[in-house]
Amino acid sequence: MKRVDHAEASSRFIAAKEHVDFHDQRLWDLRQKRDREAALIPEWEDLRSLASAIKEHALSRLADYLEEFERNATANGMTVHWARDAAEHNQIVHDILAAHGARTLVKSKSMLTDECDMRPFLESRGIEIIETDLGERIQQLDDEPPSHIVVPAVHKLRGDVARVFGRTIGTDPANSDVPYLAESQRRHTRPYYLRAGAGMTGANFAVAETGSFVVCTNEGNADLSANLPKLHIASIGIEKVIPRVEDVGVFVRLLSRSALGSPITQLTSHFRKPRPGTELHVILTDNGRSERLGMADFWYSLKCIRCGACLNTCPVYRRSGGLSYGSTYSGPIGVIIDPAFNLRKYSSLPFASTLNGSCTNVCPVKINIHEQIYRWRQLIAERNQLPMVKKEAMKMAGKVLSSPKLYRAAVQAANAGLEYLPRFMIYNPLNAWGRQREVPKAGRQSFREWYLANRGGK
Amino acid sequence: MTSRDEILARVRRNQPAARELPAVPGFEQALPSPSRTFKASLERMGGTFFEPPPGTDIERLVRKTFPEAKVICSATVEVAGDRPIDLVREPAALEDVDVGVVRARFGVAETGSVWLSEAELKINALGFLAQHLVVLLDPADIVANLHDAYRHRGFFEAGYAVFMTGPSATADIEGVLIRGAQGIRSLTVVAAPRAAATLS
Repeated sequence: MKRVDHAEASSRFIAAKEHVDFHDQRLWDLRQKRDREAALIPEWEDLRSLASAIKEHALSRLADYLEEFERNATANGMTVHWARDAAEHNQIVHDILAAHGARTLVKSKSMLTDECDMRPFLESRGIEIIETDLGERIQQLDDEPPSHIVVPAVHKLRGDVARVFGRTIGTDPANSDVPYLAESQRRHTRPYYLRAGAGMTGANFAVAETGSFVVCTNEGNADLSANLPKLHIASIGIEKVIPRVEDVGVFVRLLSRSALGSPITQLTSHFRKPRPGTELHVILTDNGRSERLGMADFWYSLKCIRCGACLNTCPVYRRSGGLSYGSTYSGPIGVIIDPAFNLRKYSSLPFASTLNGSCTNVCPVKINIHEQIYRWRQLIAERNQLPMVKKEAMKMAGKVLSSPKLYRAAVQAANAGLEYLPRFMIYNPLNAWGRQREVPKAGRQSFREWYLANRGGK
Repeated sequence: MTSRDEILARVRRNQPAARELPAVPGFEQALPSPSRTFKASLERMGGTFFEPPPGTDIERLVRKTFPEAKVICSATVEVAGDRPIDLVREPAALEDVDVGVVRARFGVAETGSVWLSEAELKINALGFLAQHLVVLLDPADIVANLHDAYRHRGFFEAGYAVFMTGPSATADIEGVLIRGAQGIRSLTVVAAPRAAATLS
C-alpha cells in the first residue's frame, strides 16, 4: 500500500492561498466558539473528567456492555448484527437491502461507513446512495472523501460548491449565494426521503441499559432518513457503547459545545424500537477496534466521541487541510488512529504535529493525544518506517546534539553558513524545513558566546 | 466461530483492567425562572417563544402566526388543524404539511430543547417533513439541565425520542448559518399549560 506523504499532499492545499486562509480562520473561529461555551459552564472540567472516566470504565468492561446492549436491543425488536471488519460490514448492509428489495438508500453522515468504504461497494451492486448531510453530499457529488469529521466540506469555498452543484444537481454554477445553494440541496434531496427503500444513520452513543442509540445532528436529515423508509440500518462502532441513559447527558453537554461551540445539536435523537410495521437493524462493527483495545499506549483513543475539537485547534491541520492525511480520520485524532489501521501507510502522519498539546487540552474526553503522537513517532522509528531523509537528518542531529563540541562547531558553522551560503544550499529538497519557510535571521552571537562574554568569568 | 463470538472473545482478552463507573451528579442550579432561561436558550438556537395570556385560543394564534399555511396538521387536543393526524396512514403523506402542531412532554432550560416521542408526534415524520413546527409546552414541564432531562422515564418507554432545539440548521458552506436546512424551517414554542383532561 502506498505511503501517505502528508507534507507533499498538503502542498497542493497550501498552493491555494485563499482557501488556506479561510480554512485556518473558519476552524479557529470554531475553536473560539468552543472556548466561549465552555466558559459558560462552571462544571466544564468536571464534565470532562466524568466523560473520560465513564468511557474508560465502559471500555474496561466493553464485552459485558456489548452483550447487554445486544440483549436489550433485541428485546426491543431491533436486529443486531456483528461485523469483524469493513468487508463484513458492507456485505451485511447489502444483504439487508437485498432482502428488502431496497434500491435507494438515504443516509446521514457516518464516519464508520466512510471508514468501511461502503459507498463504492454498494454502488457497484446497483444501490443508489444519497448522502443527505449537506457537507457530505457536496463531497459525494465531487467524488472526494470528507475532509473534516464534523464539517466534511470545510475546505471548499462557496464558489467551489456552486460549481459542484452546477455540474451535478443542475443549479446555476455562477450563483454562489449560500442560502440558494442550501435551499437547492433541500429541494433536491426531499423526494429521495419520500421514496427511498431504506434509511441509514450512524450513532454517537449506544446505551447498554436500554438497548437504544443516540444520533446527534443539525440538519434534520438523519431523522428524515430514519423516520420515512420502512427500513432503518444503523452502523455502530463497538466502542460507542456506554452503560446508562444518565451518561448520555454528560456527553451531550460536551459534544456540540466542543464541536461547533453550540450548546447542543439542533436534534438529539434516541432510537429504541423500530416503528410499527418497520425494521431496525444495528451493525456492531469492530474493524480493528478490539485490537486497539489491547494496545497499552493507544487504547485511550477509543474514548473519542468524534467532536472534531482537536482538528479545529491544530495549527498543522488548519493549514494543511483534512484531505492531505489520506484517511477518513484526519487531524490529531486521525494521526493517532490511522497508524493502528496501517502503520506503513500512515507512518508520516504522526510527524504532522508540533506536539504543542492543544489537542489534548480541548479534548472533551481527555485523550492524551499529543503523548500518543509522540509514542507513535517512537514506534515508527523502532519499526524502521522513517523515510530516508528524515532518518539521516535525525541520525546526524542525534550525533551533533549529544556532543557539546560538535554542537558548538555546528552552531558556528551554521551562523556563518546562513550568511554566506547561496540560497539553493538552504532551500533544497534535502532540507524539508526550508521548503515553506524563510530561515529566520540568526543573532549576532550565540547564547554560549553571549554567556562567555557576560557571565563567563564569574 | 461466529463474528459475534470472535469479536467478544477478542474484546474480553484485550480490554484493560476494570475501572470504576463514576456517579453522575445533578449539577443542580437554582433557576429563578425556568421559562425565562428556556426562552433565552431557545432564542439562541433560532427558535421563538410565545407566552400568550391565559385562555388564549391556540388555534387562532397558530393561524394568525402562519396566515399563508394551507395545511395545518395537529397532534394536540388544543388545535384541530386541517388534517386529522389520526387519519394519516403513511409518513410520506405529511409531505405537504405547512405547519405541524405537537405538545412537548417536557422542556430543558439549559439548552431550550423540547422532548418529543412517538406519543407526542403520533407520526414521527411530522416533526421533520412539516415546513414549520409549533410546540406547546407547559411551563411547569421545564427541567433545569440535561442531567435532569436524562433522568426522565420517557427514555425507558419511548421507541423514538428527540430533543428538538430550534429549527433544523446547517453551516456546512463557509460557516454561513442557514436556519431551515432539511427539516423544519422554524420552531415556535408556545407556553401553554396542559388542559386538565390531558394531565399525565
